[in-house]
Amino acid sequence: MTKTAERRPVTKAAAHPLPAPPPAGDLRRRRLADQARAYGFLLGGLLCFALFSWYPAIRAVVIAFQKYTPGSDPEWVGTANFTRVWHDPEFSAAWRNTLTFTLLALLIGFAVPFVLALVLNELRHAKAFFRVVVYLPVMIPPVVSALLWKWFYDPGAGLANEALRFLHLPTSNWSNGADTALVSLVVVATWANMGGTVLVYLAALQSIPGELYEAAELDGANLLQRVRHVTVPQTRFVILMLMLLQIVATMQVFTEPFVITGGGPENATVTVLYLIYKYAFLYNDFGGACALSVMLLLLLGAFSAVYLRLTRSEGDA
Amino acid sequence: MSATRTLISPATLARPRGKAAYWTVFTAVVLLFTLAFLFPVYWMVTGALKSPDEVARTPPTPVPEQWRTDGYTDAWDLMQLPQHLLNTVVQAAGAWALQLVFCTAAAYALSRLRPAFGKVILGGILATLMVPAQALVVPRYLTVADLPLIHTSLLNDPLAIWLPAVANAFNLYLLKRFFDQLPRDVLEAAEIDGAGRLRTLWSVVLPMSRPVLGVVSIFALVAVWQDFLWPLMVFSDTGRQPISVALVQLSQNIQLTVLIAAMVIASIPMVLLFLVFQRHIIAGITAGSTKG
Repeated sequence: MTKTAERRPVTKAAAHPLPAPPPAGDLRRRRLADQARAYGFLLGGLLCFALFSWYPAIRAVVIAFQKYTPGSDPEWVGTANFTRVWHDPEFSAAWRNTLTFTLLALLIGFAVPFVLALVLNELRHAKAFFRVVVYLPVMIPPVVSALLWKWFYDPGAGLANEALRFLHLPTSNWSNGADTALVSLVVVATWANMGGTVLVYLAALQSIPGELYEAAELDGANLLQRVRHVTVPQTRFVILMLMLLQIVATMQVFTEPFVITGGGPENATVTVLYLIYKYAFLYNDFGGACALSVMLLLLLGAFSAVYLRLTRSEGDA
Repeated sequence: MSATRTLISPATLARPRGKAAYWTVFTAVVLLFTLAFLFPVYWMVTGALKSPDEVARTPPTPVPEQWRTDGYTDAWDLMQLPQHLLNTVVQAAGAWALQLVFCTAAAYALSRLRPAFGKVILGGILATLMVPAQALVVPRYLTVADLPLIHTSLLNDPLAIWLPAVANAFNLYLLKRFFDQLPRDVLEAAEIDGAGRLRTLWSVVLPMSRPVLGVVSIFALVAVWQDFLWPLMVFSDTGRQPISVALVQLSQNIQLTVLIAAMVIASIPMVLLFLVFQRHIIAGITAGSTKG
């Protein structure tokens, strides 16, 4: 890639030979002008990236080692922020909750759309209806979905318990019970986000060559065997991509716990991002917030790096 | 499309038992989708039409006894929805416009103008894809609260949404990849005709890029409309908050029916956008992902 791009000007010059080579000074000036113009186009975007992406990333690492109060000079404190955050009882709760949430979201939030997409791909009627309906919750603002489910989970007149009563089943505390709160939030996140996963996976399913299924059937493979030996291997790459994306997205969960449970009951739904928010805006401890951010950053960065590596190599192939 | 062979062969489906199984599954899926995705929306829309007593009643009434619209009118007036909707529109429109201008220009430069250190810059931009946006909210907030060198605060200013929105590596990369694939000879023909860089971008590249510009526009608008944590941080002034933040802040002490009505109103713009452009949006989601 790199080499052809560098060689391009040479071949172009050979294809259109100039009548007389211009003096060297002119050429240099023209190249400078070209560069100036190129950077003119780049300037706005570059400034925004520098200010709001690159600089904050560096600053997170710097402030993580400082006592930082807006308005006064920062003080270097070594690893004090990390140790303080580490010994916060909420720290382990937040990580445990975030990892459990991510794991549950993978189990529920991945299995359900996977099976739904498999079934939808077999249906030959009302295709547009299914696609629009499954994606509808994605377009509802996340805050509205969260408030909506908070209302459904209401122990009194909430729809969730009404449904259980209707079916003569014991009612649940849903998001208000320490044991059930996290699962309840996973249900909300799955409901709100699975449309995208279903649509992407559906597109992947449609690219599987039909002959593979035919051959498998001739070999006597039953339905489940065909799923296992044809569908899954053929879409392995997309499955892996969607999983990694989902992990990175769910590890940053904030809106659902903030709106529905406020981190409670008894810290059962405090997540890492929620804790970062609390450190910054409730405790005014920006050093602690940045120390936490750096930890989250390293973990998520590792997942994203794997994702990018995989997509990059697939793109080259 | 319907002719392509999938998991289950057409022969199996054609048999009486296959047909029965197909229609059973089909009906089950229709019911499931209606119950899981449409019913919650129905419940929300009708919940706002009930009286405060009726909405708290157990067992609930499936259809409102009398259709009252005062939930909606109260939400509109009491919660200052016009103000918050306007704030959201201003924030989304500005983020969209700036993204289109600056991301397109930068993507064009990186794709076609071969700036010095172009590869380094592109690498730096792509690296931000690895750093999930939410993990950097606190240092970004500190930056916005006190911009380096000029020491100005953008808090409570729509610029706090607009400018960070430009630093969208995903959209920029989408545009660059599209520009990379444009036929070289068309662009060179424009240059030979004496068109400058800006002219080429404006009257040759952009008209050819309508599909990708549409996708980027939708992504940009939806991202701002749906965002919560970032506007929650930067807009402490209630009068400037977008609808998402205002809803949560006001949800504490407002009547349930009024809150539900406000939730419905907050959802309408994006749901309408989706229903109008659903073909493009669904095609965009699926195309962007399978291309790899």
